[in-house]
Amino acid sequence: MSTPLLQVRDLHKFYGDRLGCGDVNFDLYPGEVLGIVGESGSGKSTLLNCLAGHLAPERGQVLFDTRDQGLVDTLTMSEPRRRLLARTDWAFVHQHARDGLRMNVSAGGNVGERLMAVGDRHYGNIRAQAIDWLDRVEITADRVDDRPSAFSGGMQQRLQIARNLVTGPRLVFMDEPTGGLDVSVQARLLDLLRGLVREMGLSAIIVTHDLAVVRLLADRLMVMKSGHVVESGLTDQVLDDPQHAYTQLLVSSVLQV
Amino acid sequence: MTQSGQYNFAYLDEQTKRMIRRALLKGLAIPGYQVPFASREMPMPYGWGTGGVQVTAACLVPEDCLKVIDQGADDTTNAVSIRKFFQRTAGVDVTEQTTASTVIQTRHRIPETPLREGQILVYQVPIPEPLRFIEPRETETRKMHALAEYGLMHVKLYEDIARHGAISTAYAYPVSVEGRYVMDPSPIPKFDNPKMEMAGIQLFGAGREQRIYALPPYTRVVSLDFEDYPFDPMRAEHPCDMCGAEDTYLDEVIIDDAGGRMFVCSDTDHCTARRAAGHRGRLAATEDAA
Repeated sequence: MSTPLLQVRDLHKFYGDRLGCGDVNFDLYPGEVLGIVGESGSGKSTLLNCLAGHLAPERGQVLFDTRDQGLVDTLTMSEPRRRLLARTDWAFVHQHARDGLRMNVSAGGNVGERLMAVGDRHYGNIRAQAIDWLDRVEITADRVDDRPSAFSGGMQQRLQIARNLVTGPRLVFMDEPTGGLDVSVQARLLDLLRGLVREMGLSAIIVTHDLAVVRLLADRLMVMKSGHVVESGLTDQVLDDPQHAYTQLLVSSVLQV
Repeated sequence: MTQSGQYNFAYLDEQTKRMIRRALLKGLAIPGYQVPFASREMPMPYGWGTGGVQVTAACLVPEDCLKVIDQGADDTTNAVSIRKFFQRTAGVDVTEQTTASTVIQTRHRIPETPLREGQILVYQVPIPEPLRFIEPRETETRKMHALAEYGLMHVKLYEDIARHGAISTAYAYPVSVEGRYVMDPSPIPKFDNPKMEMAGIQLFGAGREQRIYALPPYTRVVSLDFEDYPFDPMRAEHPCDMCGAEDTYLDEVIIDDAGGRMFVCSDTDHCTARRAAGHRGRLAATEDAA
């Protein structure tokens, strides 16, 4: 079996005396999509931010399989390297597109930013790639010079995804990617995400409270409560045969139409 | 007691000048790096060149000959008031001639006459941070400077091309200094950018923002651009109507209400010197007759 892309060992994050998330261990293999579910305040966003380097956990290791040096602990690596990873091999899709986009820069500029950040200095190439990526996320080419503020919520979210995937990352962090979108837009976005993940062979960690999202996208599932992982396993297994009382509650509280 | 006797030489007290000189030396040692300094209240409003004035004050010695220009001109309000300020507080000689001066304080222009070794050019800087308008967080821009992450600067140029078909930034055009720091050259026209590789010392003072940066002589200064949209030091396609120069930066002046206009060198000293040497432009004769 291939080496894991990401290994998380004994991760603890405290906010003062209060536990953000604790005792988290898991492996993520290339091409695998991991869902993290739980109620608000269960520590799932904290965990994601710790993994992506936005927060500094108190204890633990986050080992990432880098292209040049193999497994490296991203928590102890130098900041320039971590920031380089964050704009090349990693991608982070925020719940609110506004947090992940530059609202005063055109859609093309938003997508091109990562390309320019890694040294592309040819306007024609940058623009062609930006248009190509807008097309892949179903935004027509004539919107390339419009600012994200002129886009609908769903389009903003798709733009954010294009902006993140343009440099061909290997690991995508997603924080509630479908939050705040209406159901039909959600469905299209999920469809798109599933396509991209499969097509590019991405590994992804998706934080959500929406079980339908993980059912569609995730291979494996972790259920969190009060900062701890209470259950993990294959998505269908966890959702169809929940073992932990909290997971049973979570699954049974989904409204059926 | 003379009026200048009431002030310490060049207005600022010695401790302040010492503090500014330390910042200047640090700036020269790290070309393009913005050095924080404890900017003082000056007896003029922010935006009038308080940063430049403090840098000039810290550089002046009694033997200096000072020239002050504003948009290339020696006779505009800003230039006159700063020149008078140093005449009163430092008692140094002043001049309008680039060649005769040892310290030049400037706003928005580099003189057309190339500077020689030993001359100091002091810029007044309103906003020292080139990344400000695209990344408003100061903590983030400092980190980007520290790690030389300058991709964002090109996003601004990309936006220019996407919107206007060409890099429309015409002043405060970002430059890369010795391949390391990206720097805002203050709002000089991009026509002046190539002149920044010069024999003189260039010092930049931003009073409100409390930053000083500097370029030692012969520092490599490269204007940022794209491979397919190279840097173009734009210039109005006219000769100067007063002195006939075809290689200077021009001001467009509207001269009547019937669409009449003339183009003149923005560097008044350069233009005057050329006319004294016998060069004549299209409208020079009428001006001489008047």
